[in-house]
Amino acid sequence: MAFFEVRDIVKYFGGLAAVNRVSFEVQEGQIYGLIGPNGSGKTTIFNLINGYFHLNKGQIWFQGEKISGLKTHQICQRGIGRTFQVVKPLKRMTVLDNVIASAFLRHHSRAEAQAWAEATIHFCGLTHFKDKVAKSLPIASRKRLEIARSLATRPKLILLDETAAGLNPHELEEAIALIKKIRDSGITVIIVEHIMKVIMSISDRIVAINHGMVITEGTPTEVASNPEVIKAYFGEDYRA
Amino acid sequence: MKRPSGPLLLLVFLLIFPLIFREGYYQHLMILVLMWVAIGSGWNLISGYTGQVLFGAAAFFGVGAYTAALLSSKLELSAWWGLPLGGLLSVAIAFPFGWICFRLRGPYFALATLALNEIFRHIATIWESLTDGMIGILVMQTFISKVPYYYVALATAILSIVGVDYVIRSRWGYYFVSIREDQDAAESMGIDTLYYKMVSLCLSAFLIGITGALYTNYMGFIDPKVVFSLHDISIMAILVGIVGGVGTIYGPTVGAFIMVAVQEIFRTGGFGLLNAIGKATGWPFMTTVTKYISEAHVLSFGLLVIVVILFLPNGIVGDWGIIKKIFVRSKKPAV
Repeated sequence: MAFFEVRDIVKYFGGLAAVNRVSFEVQEGQIYGLIGPNGSGKTTIFNLINGYFHLNKGQIWFQGEKISGLKTHQICQRGIGRTFQVVKPLKRMTVLDNVIASAFLRHHSRAEAQAWAEATIHFCGLTHFKDKVAKSLPIASRKRLEIARSLATRPKLILLDETAAGLNPHELEEAIALIKKIRDSGITVIIVEHIMKVIMSISDRIVAINHGMVITEGTPTEVASNPEVIKAYFGEDYRA
Repeated sequence: MKRPSGPLLLLVFLLIFPLIFREGYYQHLMILVLMWVAIGSGWNLISGYTGQVLFGAAAFFGVGAYTAALLSSKLELSAWWGLPLGGLLSVAIAFPFGWICFRLRGPYFALATLALNEIFRHIATIWESLTDGMIGILVMQTFISKVPYYYVALATAILSIVGVDYVIRSRWGYYFVSIREDQDAAESMGIDTLYYKMVSLCLSAFLIGITGALYTNYMGFIDPKVVFSLHDISIMAILVGIVGGVGTIYGPTVGAFIMVAVQEIFRTGGFGLLNAIGKATGWPFMTTVTKYISEAHVLSFGLLVIVVILFLPNGIVGDWGIIKKIFVRSKKPAV
């Protein structure tokens, strides 16, 4: 039994199959990459895992339990955290309060929640911004706040949605280091990313998606050399 | 040490207020202010902190008021039992209402609460065998003096402020504010948003319901038009919250003082000033003006909201820094 498994999931928006019979398995401790051109259905898959959208067909299993059909907050309680591509900071709260609100999921006393929130903020390198109001943060820190808030719920699996988009090269290096640190702390990671440098250098396995369907699945080198992937990204002319 | 001194001074003042001001009129006004502190705090919890705008505070206020009145008129119990029971009955109504209507977001939820307000007003009007309809219900007052009512109202106001403050510092408070800031983010943080919105609404309904029951005990008479009033209760509750400061602990207190004062100034035509001018000058049109102004207090509410939203969007308590700056700057223009 795989740690996390998506089985034949289908999602229609009207007549359009945004996600069409997608299946993949993730082993515990992996960094698993999800790639595909714009509009190929990556974020939709996250929204399906997360319970934000309902599945039309298929099942999602996590640690031997079927989680498809559960509500978003129940899925978070089972141990799946997520970040949003379009960041959703709790704007008028400080960074610390943002993370405390999350930490309350596993720590019921205020003091414990605060201690765990501070540790998480430190882990994500946000200590400097701790008392700043979330809406005043620059984008790179907002993305880190998304991660910190998700980690504060003590997930076993975290879904990172384009956490490296819009960052400068220096911030990118830091983001890669942080994602590796998360994996090393024992949390399995599924990552959606456009920046090939990031996804190729950190993923253990990758699934490539186009038009809501799986093109190929394998190690980064296998996926990068797959002619269908090259076609999806660069068009017919670059076909190997 | 310096920060809580303001509220503490106010508390001391309020404790000795009836000893200084022995005139019934001033005591009456202060009782109204204290009741509005409690209603405003209740409104603030669901609308200010949880971000779910309650347009129908009168539904809970009226249910509390009618609970007290019916206990006395139908069951011949003391109307004071209405305080706990009216609060609980409001919660009993808030619970199913929230369970159904919290699937609606933003303005749609606000409209549903408006509908709840109207539904209860019509029930109280039409169900004459129970409520005597528009005739209203008369309850024998327990005390002739206003002082006992004053202290009960003060206790209710303190309970509501301390209660809201306690809740907001707790896990619940963090959840309420998270829901206000971003409901989708809150869900993905593992917060059962439907459940916590209902918790917040029930706490609000309890505070507003208690105050409704207190109103019956104090005024001795209620009818559907008064206690289920859209503009005198529901809208007034929103104004107390907005003017004082949405999502602040002491906002409803400041808002209650200002709104009761505004209402009273208009109702009495500037404490009889307009009337006096009319008599002194003998101009007949002054009488007309006086009559219209006292009826136009709802209009003044509208103007006040426009001014507050334009210049102090976070209310007087929320934008205290801005207000302070204006005064400091006018004193020392060089800096």
